[in-house]
Amino acid sequence: MKRRDTLKALSLTSLGMAVGPVEAAVPEPPEPKPAVKLLPGRQKFEAERDTQLMGQKFLTPAELQTVTILSDIIIPADSHSGSASQAGVSAFIDFMMVDQPRMQTPMRGGLRWLNNKCVSRYGKPFAQLTKEQQIELVELIAYPGKATPDMKQGETFFTNMRNLVMTGFYTSKIGIADIGYVGNTPNEWKGVPDDVLKQYGLSYE
Amino acid sequence: MDPFHIKKAPIVYDAVVVGSGAGGGMAAYMLTKAGAKVLLLEAGGYFDPADPKYITQLKWPYESPRRGASTTRPGGDFDAAWGGWDIEGEPYSAKSGTEFFWFRSRMLGGRTNHWGRISMRFGPDDFRRGSLTGVGDDWPITYDDLKPYYDRVDRLIGVFGSVENLPNEPDGIFLPPPKPRLHELMLKKAGKSIGIPVIPSRLSILTKAINNERGACFYCRQCNRGCQAYADFSSSSVLCIPALKTGNLTLKNNAMVREVLTDPRTGLATGVSYVDTITLQEVSVQAKTVVLAPSTCETARLLLNSKSARFPNGLANSSGVVGKYLNDSTGASRSGFVPSLMDRKRYNEDGVGGMHVFTPWWLDNSKLDFPRGYHIEYGGGMGMPGYGFGSGIENLNGKVPGRDGKMKPAGGYGAALKDDVRRFYGAYISMSGRGEPVPLESNYCEIDPNTVDKYGIPTLRFHYKWSDAEIKQAKHMQDTFEEIIHALGGMPMGNKPGPETNYGLAAPGRIIHEVGTVRMGSDPSKSALNSFQQAHDVKNLFVVDAAPFVSQGDKNVTWTILASSMRTSEYLIDQVKRKNI
Repeated sequence: MKRRDTLKALSLTSLGMAVGPVEAAVPEPPEPKPAVKLLPGRQKFEAERDTQLMGQKFLTPAELQTVTILSDIIIPADSHSGSASQAGVSAFIDFMMVDQPRMQTPMRGGLRWLNNKCVSRYGKPFAQLTKEQQIELVELIAYPGKATPDMKQGETFFTNMRNLVMTGFYTSKIGIADIGYVGNTPNEWKGVPDDVLKQYGLSYE
Repeated sequence: MDPFHIKKAPIVYDAVVVGSGAGGGMAAYMLTKAGAKVLLLEAGGYFDPADPKYITQLKWPYESPRRGASTTRPGGDFDAAWGGWDIEGEPYSAKSGTEFFWFRSRMLGGRTNHWGRISMRFGPDDFRRGSLTGVGDDWPITYDDLKPYYDRVDRLIGVFGSVENLPNEPDGIFLPPPKPRLHELMLKKAGKSIGIPVIPSRLSILTKAINNERGACFYCRQCNRGCQAYADFSSSSVLCIPALKTGNLTLKNNAMVREVLTDPRTGLATGVSYVDTITLQEVSVQAKTVVLAPSTCETARLLLNSKSARFPNGLANSSGVVGKYLNDSTGASRSGFVPSLMDRKRYNEDGVGGMHVFTPWWLDNSKLDFPRGYHIEYGGGMGMPGYGFGSGIENLNGKVPGRDGKMKPAGGYGAALKDDVRRFYGAYISMSGRGEPVPLESNYCEIDPNTVDKYGIPTLRFHYKWSDAEIKQAKHMQDTFEEIIHALGGMPMGNKPGPETNYGLAAPGRIIHEVGTVRMGSDPSKSALNSFQQAHDVKNLFVVDAAPFVSQGDKNVTWTILASSMRTSEYLIDQVKRKNI
C-alpha cells in the first residue's frame, strides 16, 4: 500500500471512532459477512459463484441436527481419531447441497422418509430417539442388499449419506491424519523404503 | 466506443499466432527467438503457474469448500485448466445419433495446463499405417523427418524415460526416470509373468534441473495443478513466458479470433480479426504470415468460417477435407483391489504427477481382430484424499474378510467402517487403455448452419461414431485389464464392461486427444496442408496444432505437436529468408 493510501485508510478508521449520539441511535447495520477466502486461480464466474454460495444454507436446523447425528454414527470418535462432527462434516454436506442442487431432493426426502419411519415405529422423529433406537433403525438400512423391501429407499439414502460423510471426513485434517497420508509436501522420492521392499519380496534389481 | 467499428491496429506483424497451447507456444518461441515480431492471440486469460494468485499446488482438500469436487471444472477445484467440455456462451452440437465432447481451455498455455505430461514420440510405423495395414493413410513425412526435432524438444523442454530399444517406441534424450512405487513394482512383476511389458513412463517432468529458468521436480504428484517451480512442461511457463522475454512477442489475451483475413486479389492471408472478450471490441490485425494453433477443432472452425468470394468453402479448403477425419484416442479403464497391499506401512509415495511405469503396445495387430494398438497407463498408491474418497466402499467391504478372518455384510458404519478405510487405503490400482483409432472421413466437424456463440461466431456441429475397429480394441483392453489384475492377485472392481457399453469405450472427445481435421498430404485434392503444414491454397498460412495429423498412433500427441511446430516454424523462417513468402 502506498503511503498516501495508508493515510486515507487511517482517516476513515478514525472517523468511524468518532461516533456521536445521533449515529449511535441508528440501528447497527447487519454484521459484514466474513470475507470469503477463495482458492487461488478461480475464474471470474467461479469466484462470484463461490462467494454467493458461502452465504447460503439448505438444511433446516432440524435437518442439520439429524445429519449430524447420522454422521457421527457413520464416523464416530474412536481410539485413532475424532468424529465426523468434530471434523466439520455437517457444514460440508450442507455446502454440497447448494453447490450441487441435484443432491437436495434425495437428502431432504431421505431425511423425511427416515423421520416418518421413526414416527410410525417409535412415535418420534429420529433425533428424539434413544441411542439404542437410532442404531436399531440404522441397522435396517446400513447394509446394501440386506434391507427388507420396505426399507429399500432407506438403504439408498443411507448409502448416499455414508458416501458424503466419508468424503467429508477423509478430506478433513482429522481424516487425513487418521488414514496416515503424509504427502503433499516438497520432498525427494528415493523409491520404496527398504523394509517395505523386503516385506513384499521385491527389489529394484 | 462503438464495438462494431472495427479497430485496425497500425502495425504489420511478421506473424500472428493464434492459440498459446503446445503448438502456438512453440511457434511463438521459435519465431521470436529468430527475431520475428510476433503477435500471440489467446482466447482466454493470462496464467503463470508461479504467480501465487493462481497457485493451487500444495493446497489441502479442505481449502476448497467442495473438497475439490468437479462442480465448475471437470478436473476439480485444484486443476489448473479453466474451461472444460461446457463453456457458458460457447455451445457446440452433434448430429443425431452421434456424439462428440469438446474440451477447451481458455487460458495462456491452453490444455497444456491440464494434461498428464505423457510425452511419447510416434514410432516409424505410426507414420505409415496405411501402407502397413491397408487401413487408413500414410503421413507425407516419416519418423526420420521429425527425429531431429524430437531430439531438440527433448533437450529444450526435458522428458524422463528409459532407453528400451523397442522397434516402434523410439527412445529420446532422457532425464532419469523416478523409481517405481510399490504397486508399480508389483505391476512390473505381474506383467512379466504374463508377457506384458511394464517400463518406465516418459513424462515431461524435470527429475533434474536443465537450466536456470526452471527448477527440479519436488515430487508432489500435482502436475495438473500447474508447477510453481516450472518443473513440468506447460506452454505458459516453458514457451510463452520465455518468448515474451525476447521483447519480440506481443501477447494479447482474451482475443477470440473470428476469421482469417485474405487479400481477394492475391489470395494471401493478411491477418486475422478477433473480438476482445472483455470489451467486445472488434479488432483486425495485420501480419505477413498467419500461424494457427487454437486446437484441432477450433482450427477447422476458423478456416470454415473464413469464407470469401475467392474461398467459398472456407480457407485452405479447396479439397473439401477441412473438418473431416476428426479422431480422438480410444479410452477404457478398470480398477482393482489388491489384498496383499492391505494395512500398508505409511510413507510419502506421491512421486511425480502421474504414473512412474506404463505398458507400451506389445502385440502384433496382424494376429488380432482389430487394426491398431493401445498403451496402458497405471494409477494407484497412497494418494491425497479428494472429493469422492471412500465413496462406494459398500462395493468392497463385503467381499474382503475382516481382521478376524470372517466376512461381514457390505456397507455398515461406525468404528468398523473406519477400520476398513485404514486397511484398504493404498490397496487400489487402476488402469486405462489409450489407443489409436482409424481416422474416418465420416467422422467430422462442420459449421452448424443454425447456431452462433455469444460473440456471433458460427459454432461447430459434430458427426462422430466409433467403428468396429475401436470397439474390438476396447474389448481387448478389458480382457487385458482383468488378466493383469488377476496376475497381481487382485480383485477386479465392479462388473466387467461388455458389449452394451462398447466395453467401456469412452465417448469420442472424452480422452481430449483429438487430431486430424486439417490433414496434411502430398495431394492437394485430398489434403489441406503440405508436408510442412503450410496450406496448399495459401502459402503464408500454417497450422501447428494437431489438426494436420493424419493419424495419432497409440501415443499421446503433445510431443509430436511440439516437434512438428518447431519444424514448421523453422521452415517458415527459411521460406521468409528465401523470399518465398
